[in-house]
Amino acid sequence: MSMTRRIPWMKYASASSFYPLANRLVPIFMGLAIVLAVIGLYVGFFVAPIDYQQGNSYRIMFLHVPAAWMSMFIYLLLAVYAIISLVWRVKMADIMAYSLAPTGAMFTFLALLTGALWGRPTWGTYWIWDARLTSELLLLFLYLGYMGLYSAIPDRQRASRAASFLAIVGVVNVPIIYFSVVWWNTLHQGSSFSVSDGASMTSDMLSALLLMTFACWAYAIAVVLRRAQAVILERKKVALWASQISRKKES
Amino acid sequence: MGIGEFFHMGGHGFYIWGSYGTALFLMIVEATWVAKRRNKAKKELERMEAEFARVDNQGMNR
Amino acid sequence: MHRMLWKLFNRDMALFMQRKQDIVTVLGFFLVAVALFPLGISSDPELLREIAPGAIWIAALFSTVLALDRLFSEDMDDGTLEQQLLMPLPISLVLLVRLIAHWVVTSLPIIVLTPVMGVQFGLNLDEIVILTFSLLLGTPVLVLLGAIGAALTVGLKSSGGLVTLLLLPLYVPVLILGTSSVSSVMAGMEVTAHFSLMGAALIVSLVLSPFAVATALKITID
Repeated sequence: MSMTRRIPWMKYASASSFYPLANRLVPIFMGLAIVLAVIGLYVGFFVAPIDYQQGNSYRIMFLHVPAAWMSMFIYLLLAVYAIISLVWRVKMADIMAYSLAPTGAMFTFLALLTGALWGRPTWGTYWIWDARLTSELLLLFLYLGYMGLYSAIPDRQRASRAASFLAIVGVVNVPIIYFSVVWWNTLHQGSSFSVSDGASMTSDMLSALLLMTFACWAYAIAVVLRRAQAVILERKKVALWASQISRKKES
Repeated sequence: MGIGEFFHMGGHGFYIWGSYGTALFLMIVEATWVAKRRNKAKKELERMEAEFARVDNQGMNR
Repeated sequence: MHRMLWKLFNRDMALFMQRKQDIVTVLGFFLVAVALFPLGISSDPELLREIAPGAIWIAALFSTVLALDRLFSEDMDDGTLEQQLLMPLPISLVLLVRLIAHWVVTSLPIIVLTPVMGVQFGLNLDEIVILTFSLLLGTPVLVLLGAIGAALTVGLKSSGGLVTLLLLPLYVPVLILGTSSVSSVMAGMEVTAHFSLMGAALIVSLVLSPFAVATALKITID
């Protein structure tokens, strides 16, 4: 108990104080996401000039790059929460890790899809086994593995700890996967294209990119907090049910 | 620049609007799902608490 | 302590050898999978030579995943593993011994058969030697990493698909290193870089994986 008084942030590690805080934050971040996205899209589509090499298709980058960044940041964040949950047994950290996964997987899928849709007019093909696309695909598998393991183990405590452990093993492997795929790509020169995105980026393009990135962040925060709230309530329900049954047995 | 020209995007309309359309769709779906999940859990929890409180009161009255 | 470990090793070997049909299944799976590549793709000798390292490596990879199913599962029933974990030895050491025994029983037969497969795909002697050696260095890494996935899914019903999903991203670097070593020798290039990287991977996984498996097992069966 003295811990909670000494470190104020520990207060927010408990579900009961997280819930009302999230209630206030979700609408703010959702609103922020919409406003930022509208401004970002305006700058991206009406202010930023057409690219003389790629034509208009480069405008997909304003979505693709933030989605790819998000997919990686969210996995990193998930792993950090997984460590906190596994080492210090903070329940809220596990709820956050669990809530981050579907949104991270969504952004990973989006990065893959927009990459393919950008690749078609730019490279002439939807998919190449390029280092970045391939490691993004493997990242999607990491997300699916985390969610799959979490839902496959019936005991929740055990599921949370096993999935957290898997997330940590995964995050250690991310750089190894990335470098091995890059290396593999240089061996097979045939399928590698040299892409010079960002070579001639104007300040308008950069601001559109940043605005869209912040919009994605705000969206992710809002959705993840909302999901965490749902999980808190669902677990509370299970606990209430269990306590009621044990009370009935006693009487 | 006309509306049609804007949506045509110099021949890249399908790729651009396909990307942004899917993103918008997925985000709306995810946000709706999450909100529904929260509301459903909230309602069920409240109902359960009310039910258990009722059962407890009956037990005491008896 | 040496004698104790040796006894442990023999105990594990006996345990695995009891279920001969499982070993036959794994080996049969490997042979069938390799044989399906020419049937499914082409019998063109040039093309076969090109896909040979990938085909044999992928078949070995999936055979490893298939075999992982029985790494811890039987012990869940008769409690041998729990007993072994209570021995006055470090848990990671007990697990390492078990993994080595598992590798000897399930991967070594595959490696022994690999030269035959190589001949079928029209590889020459140099390439067969490199391929066999790459499997000799690579399959222990697959087993060591795979044990983490097997430990995390211990006791789950129909966990085969899940294990594959969990392990696929971890296996990619090993697969890339293994197949590209053979491709390099085909292209007349040096393979020392490949083999030093694979050796490094083997040492790192030999050191770290038993601890990871022990942690995972503590989570799933305590």
